Amino acid sequence: MSAEDQSAPGEPVGTEHDVVVYGRGAAIEQRDAFENPGLPPHRPRQTDLHPHKERRAERQVVGWFLASMLGSVLAIVAYFAVPIVPGDMGSVRANNLFLGLAIALALLGIGFGGMHWARQLMSSHEVVEERHLSRGSVPSRERAVEIFRLGDEESGFSRRSLIRNTLIGAIALVPLPAIVLFRDLAPVQNPDVALAHTMWEPGMRLALDPSGTPIKAADVTIGSAFHVIPEELASVGHEEGYLDQKALAAVLLVRLKPEDIKEAPGREGWSYDGIVAYSKICTHVGCPVALYEQQTHHLLCPCHQSTFDVTEHAKVIFGPAKRPLPQLPITVDDEGFLVAQRDFTEPVGPSYFERLHYVDPEHVPVSAAETETRA
Amino acid sequence: MTATATRPSLTSKASNYLDERTSISTMVAALGRKVFPDHWSFMLGEVILYSFVAILLSGTFLTFFFEPSMVPVHYDGSYVPLKGMEMSAAYASTINLSFDIRGGLLMRQLHHWSALLFIAAIGLHMLRVFFTGAFRKPREVNWVVGFILFILAMAEGFTGYSLPDDLLSGNGLAIINGMVKGIPLVGEWVSWLLFGGLFPGNDIVPRLFVLHIMLLPALVIALIGVHLVLMVINKHTQFAGPGKTNDNVVGAPIMPLFAAKAGSFFFIVFGVLVAIASTFTILPVWEYGPYDPSPVSAGTQPDWYIGFADGALRLAPGLESEIFGLTFSWNILLPMAVLGLFIVVVMIYPFLEAWITGDKREHHIAERPRNNPTRTAIGAAGVWFYAIMWAAASSDLIATHFHLNVFQVTWALQAMITIGTVIVYWLTKRIAIGLQKKDREILLHGYESGNIRRLPGGEYIEVHEPLDEYSSWKLKAFDSYEPVMVRPNAQGRITPATHLRAALTRWFFEDRIAPVTRGELEASKHDHH
Repeated sequence: MSAEDQSAPGEPVGTEHDVVVYGRGAAIEQRDAFENPGLPPHRPRQTDLHPHKERRAERQVVGWFLASMLGSVLAIVAYFAVPIVPGDMGSVRANNLFLGLAIALALLGIGFGGMHWARQLMSSHEVVEERHLSRGSVPSRERAVEIFRLGDEESGFSRRSLIRNTLIGAIALVPLPAIVLFRDLAPVQNPDVALAHTMWEPGMRLALDPSGTPIKAADVTIGSAFHVIPEELASVGHEEGYLDQKALAAVLLVRLKPEDIKEAPGREGWSYDGIVAYSKICTHVGCPVALYEQQTHHLLCPCHQSTFDVTEHAKVIFGPAKRPLPQLPITVDDEGFLVAQRDFTEPVGPSYFERLHYVDPEHVPVSAAETETRA
Repeated sequence: MTATATRPSLTSKASNYLDERTSISTMVAALGRKVFPDHWSFMLGEVILYSFVAILLSGTFLTFFFEPSMVPVHYDGSYVPLKGMEMSAAYASTINLSFDIRGGLLMRQLHHWSALLFIAAIGLHMLRVFFTGAFRKPREVNWVVGFILFILAMAEGFTGYSLPDDLLSGNGLAIINGMVKGIPLVGEWVSWLLFGGLFPGNDIVPRLFVLHIMLLPALVIALIGVHLVLMVINKHTQFAGPGKTNDNVVGAPIMPLFAAKAGSFFFIVFGVLVAIASTFTILPVWEYGPYDPSPVSAGTQPDWYIGFADGALRLAPGLESEIFGLTFSWNILLPMAVLGLFIVVVMIYPFLEAWITGDKREHHIAERPRNNPTRTAIGAAGVWFYAIMWAAASSDLIATHFHLNVFQVTWALQAMITIGTVIVYWLTKRIAIGLQKKDREILLHGYESGNIRRLPGGEYIEVHEPLDEYSSWKLKAFDSYEPVMVRPNAQGRITPATHLRAALTRWFFEDRIAPVTRGELEASKHDHH
C-alpha cells in the first residue's frame, strides 16, 4: 500500500491553482455521493513471495535474452546460407522465411525478456502523482501578458498601424509566386484539347490489344468481344505517351446479332454488320470497363459495378455512372479490316466540368428518354 | 577496491560531462518519475508509435533499391514470367528488390504490414479515445492533432501503394484521376497538373515518391512530436478506480517500470511484424504486371483503409447534371461531400460536445462508454456508417462469394447505410442504458452469488452479495448531466443558440441514468425482499 507520493518536480503544490473553478455546465453536482475508498491494498506477486519463483523468473528473462542473441546470429547465417538463386522462386521464399523468422526471434527475445523482467521482477508498487490544471500558473500567465504588452510597446506594432498593415499585405502576397511556380507541373498547353480527342482518325484500323494486329470483320464471330487499340498505337513508344494515348483510345469491340441491336436514331451507320465499338473507359471515374457478359450483352466495370447494355448504345443500367459509353463509329476498308470512321464525337472517360464544350457538333446524343428506363 | 569506492565512477563522470553541457538532469528530474496509468487500451497508441518506427526503418532500406522513375525499361531480372516485358523503372526495381536482393522482399512486406498495423492501430486508438470521452478538456487540441495524423497516415498509405506502378496501383490512380476531374471548375486542371499532362503520364510516380518519403513523413513526425508533448503536458487519462481521482495519476513511473514495459513492447511489436512479414505474402505486385490502362481484373479493390472512400463511390446514385453547358458529377461530388462531412464531424466532435454540455472543467477520468449513452450511440452509428462504406468496396466480392446478385448487394448496402445507421444508433443507446441499469441493480441489490437457499417456507432464493467498496467504486463514480433549461441571457433575450443548446442537451441527457447515491444505497438495505 506504500504509495510513493510524487509531487510534480519544479512545481510546488501551490494554492493558486485551486482558485480556478470552471463552470460545470449541464453537469449535476452530486450531493450525497460516495467517497473514494482510496487505493486497494497492494497485492504481492508470486515472485515477491517465493525466492525460488523470483530466481526462476530471472532465469527466464536471461533465457529470452540469450534466445535473442541466437536469433541475431541465425539471421546472419540465414542471409548467407539461404541465398537467392536467380530464377528460383523457392529460394526467394526460403530466404524470406528464414531471415525473417530469425530476425523476429532476435527482436521478440528482447521484447519478451524485457517485459517479463518488468512484470515479474521490477517493483510493482503503484505510484501516485498529483495533477494540475493544464493552464500555466498565475504568475507565468501574467508574465506572458506582460511580455506581449512590452513587445507591442517596444516595437510599436499597434501604434504604427501603417507599418503593421503593409507588413501583413507583404506577407499575404509573398506565397503567391510560390504557387505560380507550380504551373509548369504540366505542359503549357491547356488540357481541354488533349483530353477531348483520341488517336482515332478516319480510316485507322482497329487492332488487337496489345499485339497491334489489325482485325478483319470476318474474324469477329457473334458473341465474341475484343480488346482493341488503334493500329498505329502499337508503334508509339512508351516515352512518347503510349499509355496516355491508350488510356484514351482503348475500345471494346463486340459482335451481336444485328436484330439484337437497338440503334439510336442518327447512329445507324456507326456499326458494321452487328459489330459495335465502344470506349472502354468508364464514364464514372475512368476504370477500364473490361468485363463482358456474353449472355446479357452487359459490360461491367469491375471498379464500381457500373453496368452498360451493349445492345442499347451502351446505356447505363446499373451503378454510379450516368452517361453511356461513347461509341466509336466503325466500318470496313477495301481489304475487309475494321476501321474507324472518325474519332469519338465526345470526350471519353470520366465527366469533367467543361466536357460539353468539346462534344462534336456531329455527335448524336442518346436521348434522355431512352436512358430513363434504368434499373 | 576502496580507492574506486571514493573515486567517481565512469557513469557518474560521463553523466556529469553531459549535464554540464546540456542540463539533462533538469529533464530527468522533471520526467524521470512521471507516472503513466495502466490499462490494456492505452497500449493502442504505443502500437501506432512502434509500427511507425518499423515503417521508417524498413522504408529507408527500400529507398536504397527503389527507383522512383517511370522511364520505360525492359525487365531483365530473375522473375521469369515478366522477362523482357516493357515496364517502368519503378515497377522493375520493385520486382528486383523483391527477388534479387536478399531480405528485400522481407523489408517490402514488413513495410506494408507495418503500414497496415499503423493505420489499424490509429483507428482503434481513435475509437478508444472517442468512446471513453478522453477527448474532453483539456485534450480537444490533441484530438485534432491526432485526427490530422490519421488523415496523413491514409495519404502515406495511398501514395506508397501507388509507387510500384503495377496494374492495381495504376488503377487506383485512374480512379483518383476520375474523382479529381469531377470537381467543378478546377478538376480538369488539378488532374492536368498532378499527372504532368495526360493520365497516366511519366511524372506521377516520382512526384508521389517525394510526398511519400519526404513531405508527408516530415509532417507525421512533427505532429507525433506535438501529440506526445501535449500528452505529457495534459498527462494521460485513467479509468475510474479506487484511489484514482480527477486530480491524480496512479500508475507506473517512467523509470524504470514504464520505460521497461514500453521499450520491451516496441521489440514485441517489431518482432511480431517481422514474423508476419516473413510468413504472409502481401501485395504480390509481380502477379499483377506493370500498369496498363486497358486490362483490369475482376475483384479489383484498394488497400482496406481506402475502402471506405471507394465504397462511398459505389453506393452513390448515378447522377449528373448539365447546367448552362457545364457538367456537375453528383455521382462523385455527393460521396465526396458525405465523406468530407463525416470526417469534419469526427474532427470537431470534441468542440460540439463541449458546447452542448457547457462543461468547462478538466476531465482526466476516462468514461465507461455506457455512462454516456448518447455519445456511445453516435460513435457506434459512425462505426457502422464507416463499416458499410468499407463493405461496399467489396460488394462484388461479397456477391461472388455468397452467390448473390451484385445489384442486390448494392441495394442492400444502400439500405443498411441509411436505415441501418439509425437502428444502430438507437440499439446502442438502449444497450448502454440497459448496462447502466444493471450497474445500479448490482450496487443496490448486490450481485448474483450463485448460492441458492431454501427458505423455511419452501421458497428458493438466490443470495445476492454486496460488492466490496473497491470493486463497487467504478460503478458509483461517473459524471452525470441533465438537460438545461431555456433561460434568458444577461440582456433578457432567449437566443436561437440557447434554444438549440437546450434541445441538444435534451437529446443527450433526457433519458440518463443517475449514479447511485449513499441515501439510495442505505434505503435499499432496508427493503430487502
